[in-house]
Parts: sequence; C-alpha cells; structure tokens
Amino acid sequence: MSRRRLNEFDLTLGQKLLQMNWMFIILLGVTVAIGVGMLYSAAGGDFNPWASRQMIRFGVGVAIMIVVALVDVRIWMKLAYPFYVVALILLVLVELKGSIGMGAQRWINLGFVQLQPSEVMKVALILALARYFHGANLEDVGRIPYLIVPLIMVGAPAVLVLRQPDLGTALMLIASSGAIFFLAGVRMWKFGVVLTMALAAIPIGWQFLHTYQKNRVLTFLDPERDPLGAGYHITQSKIAFGSGGVFGKGFMLGSQSHLNFLPEKHTDFIFTMLAEEMGLLGGLGLLGLYFLILIYGYAISVQSQNHFGRLVGLGITSTFFLYVFINIAMVMGLVPVVGVPLPLISYGGTAMLTLMFSFGLLLSVSIHREVSIARRGGEEDV
Amino acid sequence: MSIHRDGDRYKLFSRRAAMLAGGKLALLTTLVGRMYYLQVIEADKYKTLAEDNRISMRLLPPPRGRILDRRGVPLAVNEQNYQVLLVPEQARDVNETLTALDAVIGLTGGERKRILREIKRKRSFVPVTVRENLTWEDVARIEVNTPDLPGIMIDVGQSRYYPEGVATAHVLGYVAAVSEKELTGDPLLELPGFRIGKAGMEKVHDLALRGAGGTSQVEVNAFGRVIRELNRQEGRPGADVRLTIDFSLQKMAAERLGEESGVAVVLDVHTGDVLALASNPSYDPNAFNRGLSSKEWKTLVNNPRTPLNNKAISGQYAPGSTFKMLVALAALEKGAITPQQKVFCEGHMELGNAKFHCWKKHGHGPQDMHEAIMHSCDVYFYEIARRTGIDRIAAMARRFGLGDVLGLELPGERRGNIPDKDWKRAIYGEPWHMGETLIAGIGQGYVLATPLQLAVMTARLANGGYAVKPRLTRRIEQATDENAAQIDAPGSLGVNPNHLKLIREAMEAVANEPGGTAFRSRIVKPGMEMAGKTGTAQVRRISKAEREQGVLKNDELPWEQRDHASFVGFAPIEAPRYAVAVVIEHGGSGSKAAAPIARDILIEVQKRNPGRPPTQMQEAKL
Repeated sequence: MSRRRLNEFDLTLGQKLLQMNWMFIILLGVTVAIGVGMLYSAAGGDFNPWASRQMIRFGVGVAIMIVVALVDVRIWMKLAYPFYVVALILLVLVELKGSIGMGAQRWINLGFVQLQPSEVMKVALILALARYFHGANLEDVGRIPYLIVPLIMVGAPAVLVLRQPDLGTALMLIASSGAIFFLAGVRMWKFGVVLTMALAAIPIGWQFLHTYQKNRVLTFLDPERDPLGAGYHITQSKIAFGSGGVFGKGFMLGSQSHLNFLPEKHTDFIFTMLAEEMGLLGGLGLLGLYFLILIYGYAISVQSQNHFGRLVGLGITSTFFLYVFINIAMVMGLVPVVGVPLPLISYGGTAMLTLMFSFGLLLSVSIHREVSIARRGGEEDV
Repeated sequence: MSIHRDGDRYKLFSRRAAMLAGGKLALLTTLVGRMYYLQVIEADKYKTLAEDNRISMRLLPPPRGRILDRRGVPLAVNEQNYQVLLVPEQARDVNETLTALDAVIGLTGGERKRILREIKRKRSFVPVTVRENLTWEDVARIEVNTPDLPGIMIDVGQSRYYPEGVATAHVLGYVAAVSEKELTGDPLLELPGFRIGKAGMEKVHDLALRGAGGTSQVEVNAFGRVIRELNRQEGRPGADVRLTIDFSLQKMAAERLGEESGVAVVLDVHTGDVLALASNPSYDPNAFNRGLSSKEWKTLVNNPRTPLNNKAISGQYAPGSTFKMLVALAALEKGAITPQQKVFCEGHMELGNAKFHCWKKHGHGPQDMHEAIMHSCDVYFYEIARRTGIDRIAAMARRFGLGDVLGLELPGERRGNIPDKDWKRAIYGEPWHMGETLIAGIGQGYVLATPLQLAVMTARLANGGYAVKPRLTRRIEQATDENAAQIDAPGSLGVNPNHLKLIREAMEAVANEPGGTAFRSRIVKPGMEMAGKTGTAQVRRISKAEREQGVLKNDELPWEQRDHASFVGFAPIEAPRYAVAVVIEHGGSGSKAAAPIARDILIEVQKRNPGRPPTQMQEAKL
C-alpha cells in the first residue's frame, strides 16, 4: 500500500522537466548576465580574468541546479540528516587542519576541489532544520525541550564557523535558522528572550572578537574614525555610490572603480560599481530582479503541499534575501563591513555553486509541490 | 485530526511567511531609500569628492632666471643636474640592480642602506634618488650599461650654479632650501628641493627670478600613479636680471685685493652704476646650494675676517683723511677760510690743555688748502674744523651721502655715522666738546662710513656735485616687456663749483705731484691720470707715554691693532667717469696699502670702459 501510494506522486523525467520553472531559470540568467557585464567592466573591458570564468561557473551551476531539481524532494528529506552530519564533520576537519595554516581557515582541500564547509553547511542546516520541524506539530514546537535538538543543530556549526574565525557566516547561519524557527511556529516571546540575551551578551562577546572585527564595527559606527585605514573602504564605496547619481557615469566609465579607489570591486563591492556606472536606475533594476526572484521563492514555498518543502523553500529564499540585503546595506554604509558577496553577481566559485545548489532544491520543491509527506516518515495519509 | 492539525500549522506558517515577507519588504524599502539618499540627495557632494579623488594638481616649477653682468656675461645660471633614480617596480630584483649599479659607479654601504630604506617607505612606482650631481662620465657609463640595470633611470634636474662664485658671492648672494618661516603660501615654495634666494641679489630679486609655477592637472589612481594628463597650464619662467656689475672688473678687483681683508667699490660717477663691488675674503655660494656641512659653516662663521659679511655695505670704518675734502668744503662754504689762507703746522695743535697731533711729528710748516689736502696735514684740518663747527661739517657730509643708507638694493646696508651736537646729546646726553670737532675734522672719532658711502662721496665730488645714487640692477628682463630701470638725472647738491674744482685739483695733486701722499701710486698713462685721497684710520688710542717713546710702526703691531688703510679716487682727471673707494682692514697706511690697489682698478676700468653702454651688436650677441 505504501508502495503504491508512493508511486502516486512519482513523476516521469519528462513531466518533471515540464514542471520545471523555466522562467525562474531565465530570471537567474538575466541577473547573472548583469554580473558578467560588471565583471567585464571591472577587468577594464576584458572577459578575463573574471567574466568568462563566472559564465562557465554559471553554466556548471545551472547543470547542478537542474540535476538537484530533478531529484525527488522526499529523497532530499531522507538525505537531510546525513548531509548535515557530513557538513559538520567537514567543519571539524577544517578546525583540526586549521591549526596548521595561518589566519582564517575556511577551506578544505579534497584533492580535486577546494571545499568551503561553511558554505555547504548553509544548505545542510536548512535541510536538517526543515526535516526536524517537518515532523513537529504545533504542540511540539510549543514545548521548550523539543527545541533543544534544533538549537544544538544550529549552535554546533555556528560555534565552529565562529572559531575559523568567520563572524559573518556564523551570523548568517543563525539568521537563516531563525527564519525557519519562526516559520515553524516558535512563539514570538521566545525570540524576544533570545534577542535580549544576545544583546546582553554583546559586551562579553566583544572581548572575543578579533581586532579587525572590532575595527569593522567601530568603523561602521564612525567611518571618519580612520579614513585611510579601516574606514577607507566604506568611505570610498559611498563616494562611488553617490557620485553615480541617477543615470550613472556610464558603462566602464566609473572613475572610483577604475582608478582603484573602490576596493574589491569584483567581489563584495560589485554593487557599488554597478551603482557608480549605471546610477540609481541600474541599482533599482538589479533590486527589481532580486525582488522577482524572492517572489518566485515565496510562490514556490507557499504552493508546496509538504511542510518540509515549504520550510526548505522559504529557508533558501530568506538566506538569499539576507545575502542581498546585507551586501547592499554594507556597501551603502548601513551595516558594518562583513565579507558577504552579492548573490549571482559577485565573482566567486563556491558561493555561486552553493547558491545554484540551493536554487536546485527550491526548484525540486516546486516540481514536487504536489507531494505530501507524512509527519513521521512516509507519506501523509490524506 | 492530523489534517486539521496540519491545517493549523499551515495557517500559522502562512501568517508567519507573510510577516517575514513584510519584514523583507521593509528592509528592501530601506535599501531603496538609502540609494535615493546617496545618489539623488547627496549626489553632488559625492561627485565632488570623486573628482577630488581622481584629479590631482601637479606643480611645474619654472626655471629660475639668470643673473647677468652689464654686458650679459652670466653670473648665476641653472646647471643641469644629472641624477640616478631607481624605480623599484621596474627592477626585477632591487638588490641585484643595486649590485650591478655598484659595479658601474660604486655605491657606499651608507648609500645602499638609505636607498633600501626609502624603497620600503615609498610606493613601488615612486622613483628613489640614488645619487645626485653625477659627472658626465658616470652618466655615460650608466647609459651604456642600461640593459644590465633594470629600474635605473637618469633624470635631469636643475640646480643653481655660479661660474665665478667666490668673486661675485657678496653681490649675488646664494640660494638654498626654503625654511619653515619663509613659506608665504606660494605653493612653489613647498615643492621638495625648491630653492630661493637667501642673500644678495638672489634675495632682492627673488620674486622676479622665481617666475610663476605652471600646473598640470593629472588623473591619478588610488595609489597616486598618474594615469594621464588632463590639462596643463604653463608657468612663466623666471626673468633674467641684468646687473650694473662689470664681471671682468669685479673679478680683477677681487683678485687684486688678494688675501687682504678689504673692500673695493667702483662707481660710474654719472649714473651711479656699481661696476664692481668686491669684499674679501669671500665664500663659495655654490656650497650653500649644495648644503654646507656644519664644519664648513663653523669655519665661515668663526673666521675673524668675516667672509660672510659684505664689508662694502655693512663694514663701518673711520674714514680718516678721506673725510678731509668734506671738511674743506664746509669751511669754504662758511667762509671760515679762503683757499689761499695758510695755517702753520708745527706737528701738533693745542686746545685747552689737550694736545692734538699731526701724523707728521715735526709738522708741515705753513699750509694752504691745496697743500694741506695734498700732504694730508692734520693740524690744518683741526684748525678749519674748529672754525667751521661740527654741525656744518656734518651737514656737508650728509649732502655727500654719508651718515645714512644710500638705498643700494642689497640687504644689510649700514648707515655709518655722522655726529653733530644733537646726535651727541641724544645718544650720550652730554654736550659736544670742541676737541671732538677737531677729531671729526680728520675723519676719526665718532665719524664712521661704509666703503660704499666713500665711493659715493667721491663720485659726487668728481661729477661736479650731483646727488648720484648707487645702483646694482640695470634691468629685469621679462620675455615681453623691457623695463629698464630709469635713472632720474641726479639733482645738484648745491655746492659751489669753484670750491669743488679746488678740491679736485688738490686731489689731483695728491696722486700726481711729488710730495702728494699717493704720488708713488700715480697713473702715468696719459689721459688716464687719477685724482684721490689717502686715509689711515687708527683703531687704537695712542697714549702720551707711547708717543714719547716713539709710536710703534704698523708692522710691529698685531693685525687687529693695525690702522685701517683707505683710498678714494676718481679718473680720468679731465672728465671724471669712475670713482673708486678701497678700504683695507688693518692694512696700515692708505698710501701704501690702499692706493696701489685703487690705481690698478682705475687703470683696468678705463681700459675696459664699461660705463659706455654696450653697442647694439654686443646686445644682440648676448
């Protein structure tokens, strides 16, 4: 019986491809194309070294995304915990290996590819939490002991990432997890308590921050504190941003970007370059594309017939949003400088592949939206 | 049951999803608001800041104007200064390049250390100076070895050079690096390595010589590297300054003074042009430009013959007997004596119970004015000074340019001193004594004059009593206009021409008649004969006891106690053109130490005849 029921939701490859949200993929393509254009400009009118590689990565990313999307969402749910455990082991490995190298240890060399376990964890954590809360009813969620396991699931990788040290990613992990807790129905007052405790812990945590992290926060609070040192980046970014005006200085004509006043113009500060060369209109255009992607994310999540899919969908959408928001807010001086790339635009391999993988999951949720899954294993009894 | 429960869960999920979406929308709106604020409201401010970032103004230092003598001979020029620079980013390996360079021109360990230190401090495309003032051979050797010296570059700068530095130092002065308190706001002064005039004509005409800096607007990147030039405004090169000095005469005078600590000033008696102004010992102004070591500086400052001091304008000496012409003129003007009246010199004169001695111990016997000047008889001048009174003598001296600055362009000109009754009351609060008039009558006591004042006095005697003023600047030559310094015809001093004629004839006798104090130094060449007057000024007091034992000869005294020797003169006698004043510090007697030098200078100046304006051809050639 269970077998027949399972097959009821099974789709053929052709059906799946038909169900694939191609408009969403085109939307991603358009956004990446803008990024490639900016990378072309950043290199002074050259596809090398960034634009061409970014295109190739996007191509690979699309392939991964489609493969991931075609895998049944139920299989992803089954893989959620093993995936999480693997990611956690990788983080521990980085921690162990990290003592050998110098500075921030974020990479692990698997021989054929440089892997960044914290990126993998971003996806794995969403899957694991979604799976956990999938099996929870509202009463369960209301009980505090029930929340201990998911809190450990968040806490363990967050602490490991923090030790690398990578404050930005740790906060991102906590923030996207928070979104899932929130969607799962955890009471508001509990968020209130946690937030209050976090604020109270800030003075203690401050002592554990590295000097450069402290400087970033201090610089954010007062960018003119050290205009040629830590505040230089954000000051130059704001000058580039503001001098773009409404219509921008023109493609490849951004003086701040091309004369190197703007730092990291091909990675974290690429939105500034866009704003300088394309102006307010260009910035709003890209923001509009992001807005559409978010709408798609919401539509897919809300339409899903299983709670796992809904939580995964919005977990991914929220993480994506966080990246977009924090990056753009950072380059405009609204939040401290944290090393957060602009999704789909910034140059960077791991980030692109992780993002495309998670969009694959989102599309899987979309394709398998009619699948209902029982709260505790197997299918939901209708 | 479970459906219902899931329904609840779904409802809560939907509500929470909507709240989350609302939150995200709010945050996105914040971003849009911030973008609007930066790119619309604050756009102008940030556009200005971006331009400030991008555009950098570079100053282009103008070449300094030259200083030329009256015929156009360059006295101060700009020399190309070859320097080796190292651009670290162009060198494969800085150490390797330095080692290769060491093999070519030889580097000291200290140089190497300094270079490496500077490389560390500067950005890698900023050239570091390896060595300045390269010889031509070194430049050639480096050029030949260029392929083995990656990152090495030869650059040509300009530095001030005085071809005849020592002979012209006191007129030209020198240039040196700008000091903190000389900053006027002219951005040129803040350029590294910029030099300004610190003394002499370099200082007086600094602004004209300096010119105006040009600017170059360049686009720079964040590291300060120039990407391209956007706009360029050429500056104005410094103007050449042409002096009244005749270089050959100047050099001859300086050399003729030789080792003596002395001064020679030559004037054109009609125009006041200073043809030569030499003050020995001198110094090498090129050393100041290069930068003096503290040892060199101490040697200059501690030298008792004060090489840094321009004695022609700042040395004040008792004029001695060269003052007697003015005493005679004052006496004649008052009618205190006629030219023919004689005064009997018995070797001394008594006033009250004081005794005033003539330089000739046993006296000159009866002397009229002509004889008294010719023999420089002191007793004659004691007597006529007594009859004339100090105030009239002082007034006459001032008419001839003594006792006040003459306004020569050079800084540091002193007033000298012409005493009178008011002066003494003001300074000492005591009445004037007649004895002091007598002493002033032979140009001693309170009377002080600079060599320049003595030369001007002589020029005014020679030119028939016209108030000629000395000048050093012939003109400042601008590229466009030529503003030759206009000399107003000098006004008359109002001295009786007959009296002046008498004085000039007496001065002629000094240097031409047997018995004249400068007869041995006479000029025998027809048409070039000179007239003059010797002066010997005591710098110590001769006590009565010493006088009785026999006054020591100058040769027997230590240098600091010997008399100052002076001579003033003019030539040619028939139509005077040139006046000269020579003062030799502690030189002994004027007739022996000063007159021969003055004679040689007057011969030279008449041979060269620099008073004559350069002809068109000479001008064109220069």
